[in-house]
Amino acid sequence: MFRSLAVPEFLAKIDQVKCIRCKRCIQNCGWSVYSWGGDKVLIDTFKCVKCLRCYHYCPEEAITIEDNPVKYRSNANWGFYQIRNIKKQAETGGIPLTGMGSDMPYPVLFDNLLIDACQVTNPSIDPLREPMELRTYLGKKPAKLEFEKVAGGKPKLKTKMPPQIKLEMPFIFAPMSYGSISLNAQKTLAIAAKELGIVMNTGEGGLHEDIYPYRSNIIVQVASGRFGVNPDYLNAGVAVEIKIGQGAKPGIGGHLPGEKIPLDIAKTRMIPVGTDAISPAPQHDIYSIEDLRQLIFAIKEATNYTKPVSVKIAAVHNVAAIASGIVRAGADIVYIDGFRGGTGAAPVIIRDHLGIPIEYALAAVDERLRQEGIRNEASIIAAGGIRSCADAAKAIALGADAVALGTSALITMGCTVCGKCYTGNCSWGITTQRPELTVRLDPEVYAERLINLIHAWSHELKEILGALGVNAIESLRGSRERLRGVGLDGQTLDLLGVKPAGR
Amino acid sequence: MSHNFQKDISGCGLIGIINKDGKRISGGFICKSLCLMNDRGNGLGAGYAAYGIYPEYKDFYAFHIMYDELGAKTDTEEYLKKNYQIEKKEPIPTAPVEGIAIHPILWRYFVKPLPEKAERETAWLPDDDFVVRTVMKINSEIDGAYVFSSGKNMGAFKGVGMPSEIARFFRLEEYEGYIWTGHTRFPTNTPGWWGGAHPFTLLDWSIVHNGEISSYGINKRYLEMYGYKLTLLTDTEVVTYLFDLMVRKHGLDASTACTALAAPFWKNIDDMPEDEKAAMTALRMVYGSALMNGPFSILFGHSKGLVGFNDRIKLRPLVAATKGKTVYMASEESAIREICSSPDKVWAPRAGEPVIVELETGKGQ
Ligand code: SF4
Ligand code: SF4
Repeated sequence: MFRSLAVPEFLAKIDQVKCIRCKRCIQNCGWSVYSWGGDKVLIDTFKCVKCLRCYHYCPEEAITIEDNPVKYRSNANWGFYQIRNIKKQAETGGIPLTGMGSDMPYPVLFDNLLIDACQVTNPSIDPLREPMELRTYLGKKPAKLEFEKVAGGKPKLKTKMPPQIKLEMPFIFAPMSYGSISLNAQKTLAIAAKELGIVMNTGEGGLHEDIYPYRSNIIVQVASGRFGVNPDYLNAGVAVEIKIGQGAKPGIGGHLPGEKIPLDIAKTRMIPVGTDAISPAPQHDIYSIEDLRQLIFAIKEATNYTKPVSVKIAAVHNVAAIASGIVRAGADIVYIDGFRGGTGAAPVIIRDHLGIPIEYALAAVDERLRQEGIRNEASIIAAGGIRSCADAAKAIALGADAVALGTSALITMGCTVCGKCYTGNCSWGITTQRPELTVRLDPEVYAERLINLIHAWSHELKEILGALGVNAIESLRGSRERLRGVGLDGQTLDLLGVKPAGR
Repeated sequence: MSHNFQKDISGCGLIGIINKDGKRISGGFICKSLCLMNDRGNGLGAGYAAYGIYPEYKDFYAFHIMYDELGAKTDTEEYLKKNYQIEKKEPIPTAPVEGIAIHPILWRYFVKPLPEKAERETAWLPDDDFVVRTVMKINSEIDGAYVFSSGKNMGAFKGVGMPSEIARFFRLEEYEGYIWTGHTRFPTNTPGWWGGAHPFTLLDWSIVHNGEISSYGINKRYLEMYGYKLTLLTDTEVVTYLFDLMVRKHGLDASTACTALAAPFWKNIDDMPEDEKAAMTALRMVYGSALMNGPFSILFGHSKGLVGFNDRIKLRPLVAATKGKTVYMASEESAIREICSSPDKVWAPRAGEPVIVELETGKGQ
């Protein structure tokens, strides 16, 4: 075979003196980098993706994975990946795929925003001594309430409240379907969501029977492929989400090849074994906002108006107007997935060049809904590149009711953001269906790590609230006055509704 | 409760008096009480609101307006003339006071929105809404004009100076009201400006406030969604507008509104009986953006009563007392005892629990 002229990205190296020939690296690598050569481990470094599974499982610390020092001649215009992608495309004629969110150095506005703190005139609050509340309800809120006085003078609610999702903290897990991730990964999310009092989202792959016990912590998704959708499914969780788009691949659909559809996935998705699972780019019954309205209300009818309906869209240029239309079409929640959002598989060209970052989109949507006086009509979930509690706090201050975590949740399961999820070989057992790989991911064990992460972020969020002198998350939500921009131009500040630092 | 009368030097001082039987008393009392708390102010702002002071014009909206220069007055009056029947207009009577060298031009007008559609720009609005719109318009669009108060049979008197100076300047002893509130100010976050002194008012709501609202950013954006224009350089106006929105526009009673503004904690709500739990949960969901977070004690006056309340963890002081048909609320007990030496009852309201006093029916109108 013609040897690839695409220079390998990484060099896997084994220190032959330290190596005890235990062959664990051979077992652990999902990409078959290692093989047994009779007396030592052989390395095919072209296959290495630097997921670091071998590094962590080598008992002798004999393995190092280096970035390949051999690059093309340096050129300010023709970067390494530009040249490499051309070579790969010349070899295959295909569209290079990738996984995870964009790794291109577009500006991350979260890193240009700083949060306020109290000094003297308004006391800060110590979250270790005083209650600090993170509870959040997602769903449509009436503009006002009516009460009637009953005996004893206590108010009794007259207004009928629309259905809500109750979250103990303003975090949810982003939709990741069974198929794109393993069942064990989904179980990990479900166990953690239940323990934490938050929700996970099935993604578009249907609901596996093993996840049913967690139904009070699940949002079920309806996407263009309509996999696994039936009345039971719609009623199985606490809410239904219509997926229009995804930040990593706005405007395009998905394709899970038939080889990746074994019996279990086929059953969950309600398709024959071995058939391609194709999610068309648009939903074929939604070609306008009126169509979306019909689907929203079809789902509300099917669920007897007991579940909030969320609509997930990718952040694109006109996102504010689109979101306003979605709210007016009857959605209870608008889920905005930013440009940097993750994916199991997307063409590089789409992931890296289409859409806009969540900071801009979120600021624009929250402001537009307020201008139109309909902000209460729907909750906003911000997603796509939330890397830390700081990002989450800033997103909430910009106007999000809650943030969705995809990649950060997977990182607790071992993911190193190597970006090769689309290969289906994830050595950590996350984005793969190969049984020998998925068994590695013990849901009970990894759920604990995920729970730890969310607890840690909740504590951090409480510290931030305390420093801000407030003791409820709703006092941070949309409070852009508590953000300041550093190194941002006037127009960007204006768009974000944030003052520059020092003012 | 603590009976040591030590001073805590911070923030602001406030005092409120209400005679439930509608008996009118002179502004001299409240001034005396407020002056005891001079430590709580720094001379950069003091003010009073009084209810029942204009019985002869009780059917007219009384506009107290300050002007930085005569041009603003001309513009404002032109607008008023076009839209209102002006029953009477006059300078607000003042007396020379040593500490107050310069002051804005101060006028008051007793007016009624004109009923004829042609003259009134947005005739479909009820009178109250139209007045609110007028106040927003003058404050935000006419440079150098600012409405101190706009309610019926009430008025706000405020400015830059110590409480006694402001009281003498406005000759408050000559007024008689059944509710009085007063405020001395230690501004830190906003410059001393006559319009920036408390009380803040809208229609017959008046607010005096000790504290800082850490949730100002979202409270402001929430109000803006309902068309309120927050033009002032202080966060207290949000309190005024939140009351206006919740009580006048949304029809909540004062106690429910206070509960939304200083909401109970979830851990307490979770233990409530079903109906109350549902009511409180909905209140927090719907009015989360109205939750006032941060340290405050607030007195909220209106033509039929007075409400005093604290933030949800009581980061600022508030003491209440009763004597006969009179109820007092103040930052310090000593301020109450200064004008009522032996109250029947004195207590410190708990965090977030409002003290609601209403006039006896038919009184004070
Ligand atoms: S895991 Fe480490 S010690 Fe074991 S065979 Fe591989 S390199 Fe050698
Ligand atoms: S999920 Fe697996 S394949 Fe995907 S980025 Fe993480 S480690 Fe790599």
